[in-house]
Amino acid sequence: MGFAVIKGISYILAHTPDILVQHGAVQVATRKRNPQDPYLQQLQDHLRPYNEVVAYPANQCYIGNILPEALSDLPQPWYEHRADAERLGKYGDILSEEEFYALLQYVDVFDLVQLSPEFVAAYQDKFNNHPVLGSLNLLQDANTETMAQMQAFVDLHQAEPLILNGELVGCVKQAHDEDENLSGHIMLENLCAKATGVIAVLNLKTQGIDLSTVDYIIECSEEACGDVNQRGGGNFAKAIGESAGCVNATGSDIRGFCAAPAHAFTTAAALVKAGIFKNVLVVAGGAVAKLGMNGRDHVAKGMPVLEDVLAGFACLISENDGVNPIINTDIIGRHTVGTGSSPQAVMTCLISKPLTDNGMTMLQIDKYSVEMHNPEITKPAGAGNVPEANYKMIAALAVKEGLLDRKQLLEFVIEHGMPGWAPTQGHIPSGVPFVGFGRDMILNGDINNFMMVGKGSLFLGRMTNLFDGLSFVVQKNPGITADLSIDEARIKQLIAEAMKNVAHNMLTLEQDSAK
Amino acid sequence: MDLENQKRIKSLAEEYGPENVVVILGGAEAESSGLACETVTSGDPTFAGPLAGVQLGLSCYHVVEPEVKNAVNADVYDEQIGMMEMVLDVDEIVAEVKTYRTQFGKYL
Repeated sequence: MGFAVIKGISYILAHTPDILVQHGAVQVATRKRNPQDPYLQQLQDHLRPYNEVVAYPANQCYIGNILPEALSDLPQPWYEHRADAERLGKYGDILSEEEFYALLQYVDVFDLVQLSPEFVAAYQDKFNNHPVLGSLNLLQDANTETMAQMQAFVDLHQAEPLILNGELVGCVKQAHDEDENLSGHIMLENLCAKATGVIAVLNLKTQGIDLSTVDYIIECSEEACGDVNQRGGGNFAKAIGESAGCVNATGSDIRGFCAAPAHAFTTAAALVKAGIFKNVLVVAGGAVAKLGMNGRDHVAKGMPVLEDVLAGFACLISENDGVNPIINTDIIGRHTVGTGSSPQAVMTCLISKPLTDNGMTMLQIDKYSVEMHNPEITKPAGAGNVPEANYKMIAALAVKEGLLDRKQLLEFVIEHGMPGWAPTQGHIPSGVPFVGFGRDMILNGDINNFMMVGKGSLFLGRMTNLFDGLSFVVQKNPGITADLSIDEARIKQLIAEAMKNVAHNMLTLEQDSAK
Repeated sequence: MDLENQKRIKSLAEEYGPENVVVILGGAEAESSGLACETVTSGDPTFAGPLAGVQLGLSCYHVVEPEVKNAVNADVYDEQIGMMEMVLDVDEIVAEVKTYRTQFGKYL
């Protein structure tokens, strides 16, 4: 069958400052503790308008308009140096909040999202010229409710508000009177994950991908949909496929905290390589809870609250076409139960061991796509520069293994690393952001390969103290060559046929001699 | 520091006595390591968790400090921490943690 290839990938962002304020986990917890908390008041002054979010260089990099190399050349802080900005990028799009509310309503099939008639009237024709949203007629059959009625739902805790420019323009109703798994808040989180996943998938169409060819969908976000009897039962994958028009696909969800995309890519590549499916879509939407996660630190340091976007991606993994870069599943790094959790043990099993086992060294991987968190978000919160720390760890491992001199450590970081640009949406930064650039760089001959590394903090679920991680190598497609060798199965088949013939001949001889 | 961790450290100090508890940090940043040390010695500076206003004064070290390194088998230390020693700004981390430990530690 040959290795599976990466046929296309899309990246989308949705600017959602009001969802941040109303529904981000930190803000919800703060409001619950003290509705008058000064942070909630100050927060309003630190929110960015849509045009600044579009012009933010890290966001421009996420949708493919600025190369990682060019991003690292820009002076920091990036939020003070706006880029020449287009909302549409090589790989995707940055949606405004009003577009996102319309989309949220579009993907809802249980009449849970209600919008005000005024909102619908104001935006009904606004999205017509958009290359993706235009064809969806987002607000054509919108469920509307008066603002007074929606406010009543919100006051009775039967719905979560959707605010735009300080006004209530919609709500997400609870899906059950008593089941907390179907509360307004959970439904809002899940619908947001679904909507961002759907728009990421639809963006693949602009890259010439026919969604009707998708056989199977794997969704790998960090949300859980289900009811009281099957919390987290799923299935986001099929729900997203339905809204995006993947009529010939089924699917399922893979979970693993931030490591889930690496598991999903590997599983997709395996399904394709095994010949079970030809086209497998890996998709993930964004996490509402993480909006404004480090907002307190950003406000305290007088900077904009940068975690103001939901993110999503969708990647099509297909059978070998001889052109697109292959996922080399012979080189799989995995953090096993027995590995241990020291950074050294983790990096050895994810980076060094799989390469050594396949006769390669860490120096032979051109780029490492690790936890690509935007450092402007994490550094003010005391979490440091995450990708840089990862690159230093890989370099230090190479020093320990005698591949590098200690003096060459920073050189390695520059050569094999990149700046981080992804919003801190958990699974989103985890190895995925470079796949688009990496695919193009391999196709253009700029690099030969890259390694995608996903890591997950399983201990947050309190089921285990373990950490997790998975890695694989994406490399230049050597092209399809005619396979003249005979495999084991074919040999067995030939022997079986020969033995059958012998048995038949013997039987015939016996019958003849008996006559 | 994570509120759940604050709760666990407080309860361990109560169960075994603060003089019998040593906290070993593994944070990658000097600032966050200092904050963690401050939390288990002087109390939670953010006043958000169970250690707000609680001065446990625990003996607290970062794993890269010589006091910890010298107490561990050299081969084990190299296998577990050697790589991170190369990556972290050890001097900055040690200075930050030491500041809070010497100022607020009660059992040194």
